[in-house]
Amino acid sequence: MRRVSALVAVLALIGAVAWLVWPSGPEVRGQESRVAVIDGPADDQRVELDTTFFPPAGGGKAPAVLLAHGFGGSKQSVRADALRLAQDGYAVLTWSARGFGRSTGQIALNSPDYEVKDVKQLIDWLAKRPEVVLDKAGDPRVGIAGGSYGGAIALMTAAHDARVDAIVPQITWYDLADALFPDATGQGPQSGVFKSLWAGFFFGRGAPSAQGLQALTRQPAPMTAEEARCGRFLPEICAIYQQVATTGRATPEAIELLRKASPSSVQGRVKAPTLLIQGQRDSLFPLGHADANAKAIAPGTPVSVMWFDGGHDGGNGEADWLYAQTSAWLARHLKGDTAATPVQAFTVTRDGGRDPGTRQRIRLHPETGAYPGLSGTTTTDVTLSGPEQNIVNPPGGNPASISTVPGVSGLLGGGGGGGGQNNLSVSLDMPGQAASFESAPLTAPLQLTGSPSVKLRVYGKGEVTLFAKLYDVPDAIQPPTLPAGLVAPLRVKIPDGAQSADVTVALPALDHRFTVGHRLRLTVTTTDMGFATPAEPASYRVALAAPALSVPTVATLSAPPSGVAWWVWAMPLAAIVLAAVLLAMGRARRGTAGRTVEEDSAPLEISGLTKAYRNGEKAVDELSFRVEQGQVLGLLGPNGAGKTTTMRMMMGLIHPDAGEIRIFGERVTPGAPVLSRLGSFVEGPGFLPHLSGRENIELYWAATGRPAAEAHMEEALEIAGLGAALERAVRTYSQGMRQRLAIAQAMLGLPDLLVLDEPTNGLDPPQIREMREVLKRYARDGRTVIVSSHLLAEVEQTCTHVVVMHRGRLITTGPVAALLASSNGHGPRLEDVFLDLIGENS
Amino acid sequence: MNRAEGYAPGRTLPLRVEIVRQFKRRRTMVMFGLLLALPWILVIAFQFGPQQPSGQQPGLRISDLATASGLNFAAFALSVSASFLLVVAVALFCGDTVASEANWSSLRYLLAAPVPRDRLLRQKLIVALGFSAAAVIALPLMALLAGTVAFGWDDIQVPGTGEVIPALDVLPRFGIVIGYALVSQLVVAALAFLISTVTDSPLGAVGGAVGLWIVCTILQAVEALGTLREFLPTFWNTAWLDALAPTIDWGGMAKGASISVTYAALLLAFTFRRFRRKDVVS
Repeated sequence: MRRVSALVAVLALIGAVAWLVWPSGPEVRGQESRVAVIDGPADDQRVELDTTFFPPAGGGKAPAVLLAHGFGGSKQSVRADALRLAQDGYAVLTWSARGFGRSTGQIALNSPDYEVKDVKQLIDWLAKRPEVVLDKAGDPRVGIAGGSYGGAIALMTAAHDARVDAIVPQITWYDLADALFPDATGQGPQSGVFKSLWAGFFFGRGAPSAQGLQALTRQPAPMTAEEARCGRFLPEICAIYQQVATTGRATPEAIELLRKASPSSVQGRVKAPTLLIQGQRDSLFPLGHADANAKAIAPGTPVSVMWFDGGHDGGNGEADWLYAQTSAWLARHLKGDTAATPVQAFTVTRDGGRDPGTRQRIRLHPETGAYPGLSGTTTTDVTLSGPEQNIVNPPGGNPASISTVPGVSGLLGGGGGGGGQNNLSVSLDMPGQAASFESAPLTAPLQLTGSPSVKLRVYGKGEVTLFAKLYDVPDAIQPPTLPAGLVAPLRVKIPDGAQSADVTVALPALDHRFTVGHRLRLTVTTTDMGFATPAEPASYRVALAAPALSVPTVATLSAPPSGVAWWVWAMPLAAIVLAAVLLAMGRARRGTAGRTVEEDSAPLEISGLTKAYRNGEKAVDELSFRVEQGQVLGLLGPNGAGKTTTMRMMMGLIHPDAGEIRIFGERVTPGAPVLSRLGSFVEGPGFLPHLSGRENIELYWAATGRPAAEAHMEEALEIAGLGAALERAVRTYSQGMRQRLAIAQAMLGLPDLLVLDEPTNGLDPPQIREMREVLKRYARDGRTVIVSSHLLAEVEQTCTHVVVMHRGRLITTGPVAALLASSNGHGPRLEDVFLDLIGENS
Repeated sequence: MNRAEGYAPGRTLPLRVEIVRQFKRRRTMVMFGLLLALPWILVIAFQFGPQQPSGQQPGLRISDLATASGLNFAAFALSVSASFLLVVAVALFCGDTVASEANWSSLRYLLAAPVPRDRLLRQKLIVALGFSAAAVIALPLMALLAGTVAFGWDDIQVPGTGEVIPALDVLPRFGIVIGYALVSQLVVAALAFLISTVTDSPLGAVGGAVGLWIVCTILQAVEALGTLREFLPTFWNTAWLDALAPTIDWGGMAKGASISVTYAALLLAFTFRRFRRKDVVS
């Protein structure tokens, strides 16, 4: 019964834990529909958008969230997030932007004339849904979230539609022209260096294509010439892209078109609270874009900036962390939930080493209450040194240095790294194309947060295209790393007649910790695989115009207090207290501790002793008898009479259910000191088989803690009579040898009361006779012996008194002689008397 | 004085006696022999294995760095044995101790000697923990010796990052590593000891403790359990690696020690309480 109930308890516990841990939530179903919208500069183009609407879990009215997808994706790419948001109590609308997925229309790059108009009409559509909370008629409570292409539409829509209440744009651009034609000297995209590889990827993904596995397994459908040329782009965008991609230079028309599709064109018009999430591993839209976006939000509007471990180049992505932050932002600004976790003005993901349990990388999220921008709160000047160096631009721009390979770095560097440290780096500089300037080893760690700057002097002719990057150089053993794989391209114009020009270069913004002993290395190269570089060979000289590299740091960035969790010290303390309580409560009561004991108490007095088996059957039932000093008492009874159980209780091994045993007046409890006056041999010998007989006996005596002189070792060993066998391991002994050794052990120290269970089992007749004499002699010296046996003749010859038990009960007790005298005429043998008494001799 | 002359409960079963009783067992000898031989077996394995082509940059995994120096080798030996071999050793010493006495029937004679029950458990626990500690300490020390003989005495190269810490700086760290390994094995010890007082079968006690350990390790791999896993006794088992990082991170080891002490305290309290009331029928 107890086992069953224990099993039931364990299963119930497991069930309860599982029930508590089990993820649960009402089911959310998406409702597909095609929403017709009208857009175009003249509002005359009909487009059908493929949408899915997820009503809020739990029903009722809820704020709405428009979830936009990235470039090349469709509404399916954000389905998982949409379900999660709907579970959290938002009405979520996902849609495929025009030109993507199953929506009609052509891609206009988030133009205010096209995509923005579409989304405004989606907001109109939301305003009519019964599940959506309205601020006023036609104005739903709505937020927009999305990454990359979807992030830009969030910003653009918020700028053009005042009904938007909160936005969370991720890894998106501020100025598409700047992103595709960056220039680190701040001259704008007109003289920027074309980010050809990314641009190719970006525009290539506008082509009609299948997604995922289908893209690999399905035979591509044949395309028309126009489709093959422009994909689903608006023809004018297609034409401009083809022009700039061919020349590698941004034309004014291209810049105008790209800027029209950029949040830079709507400066100061976004009045919705904005959480800008930008990736630290993003060579397409680096951190500078989020910085510019943050500055372009209307003054007074809440803005937070987060730099996470991810971006277009891969990295961990931190999906759960981003979701938590997005959800906190939306809860605060859409649901008006002031209890939501506050999102600080600036949060950075940093590498936190490895988790000790899983050995996985962990990330820290230090934060600060004010966004410091890219120039940090303080700057540290690091002195670089290096001579003027000659570098060449190879003809055709090949082979090119490698910093980041779009789409590949993510695979190599992703997953393992965090916060830009300890990740694989694919950076490679070609000999002859790179000039390097290095600092001395750092004497203190340097945490770079922002965009460092340096002044360079470039000797050459005309226009010089260069790429500047900042390496972290550990030591001679390990290769230098290029944090986040970022480079700053720059175009230097050397005025006619001048030998050189000085430029201030803004290096890529990043968050990186340079540890003590590492060096900072500024490398200037003439080529980079990700960019279009001039084909004509040329040679330049590069030198530092000033030795100082200005490194911004943000001192206020501190990880949220993550000190030692409270349970680390509380739990063991509580456990130790609980353990102490458990032990104190379980302490056996010492009822007789203070009792004085009469000097002449009997060696053994048993009264009302009862012990039941687990099944309730009584092994010993109300047993009472008394043994006087000098007696040799025979405990008689058939198998199962309760003899051994009684003896075990005498030794304090078993707790009686009722009644008590007193030895020399002292009540027997487990480990009671009076047991030291008891020698026992019950239910066979117990020796350590690997030790010799002598070692066993000696160690046993040592275990009693009594002085060796008390042991009377030689007398006892003489009784055992083992001779030379005493030095052999006990495992080699015969049954009889062990038996004799065990009896000898029981007699060690000549105890006042000796209890022997079937002592003559396994002995041969001469040994039995000898044992008989030993026991008689033992009792003659004023000691007491109790012998259990079923060899009746044995008892008859050895014992002075006898106790007969049957089925746990006392049948009779008294001197052997008296018992024999009372033989009911069946004969003078004890056997007859015994069988008579237990009623089996009819 | 109602007790035999010279008897005092506080003098029963002296540690010296219990150590002799346990140490002469073949099981103890074999386990220590194995632990002391393992580093040499590893050294031979590394010597016979295909050599790293010269000039090629070796990796930075703990196994790649094992032959870099004696210290690296000791760290490697500890890392490969901490998760299982040492667990088995500790489970053996702590799980076998009471159950084997019950199995030999010698337990009842000790209890009737009488050795008070709390004292019997206490002395046995101290000796079993002592043997366990000796096992946990012997392996890395022998590995340090074997590694130094085979690969020389050199500074340690940190796995993962490849940074180099001077040998003299890292020696106290090694003390921390061994200390943490000891503390983290407390759970196994307490668990095995508890089972040891419940069953009469020594191998059952050892197997039971190791089995529960394996279940914990498997549960630990279920990432869906999230932070609950942090409270599994096995979760922080490898936290000692943090002591070999360029800057020591105490966080994980503090948590691991906390969990370990918590479980061990509760399990031991339960063991003592249970054993006091137990009917010894073996």
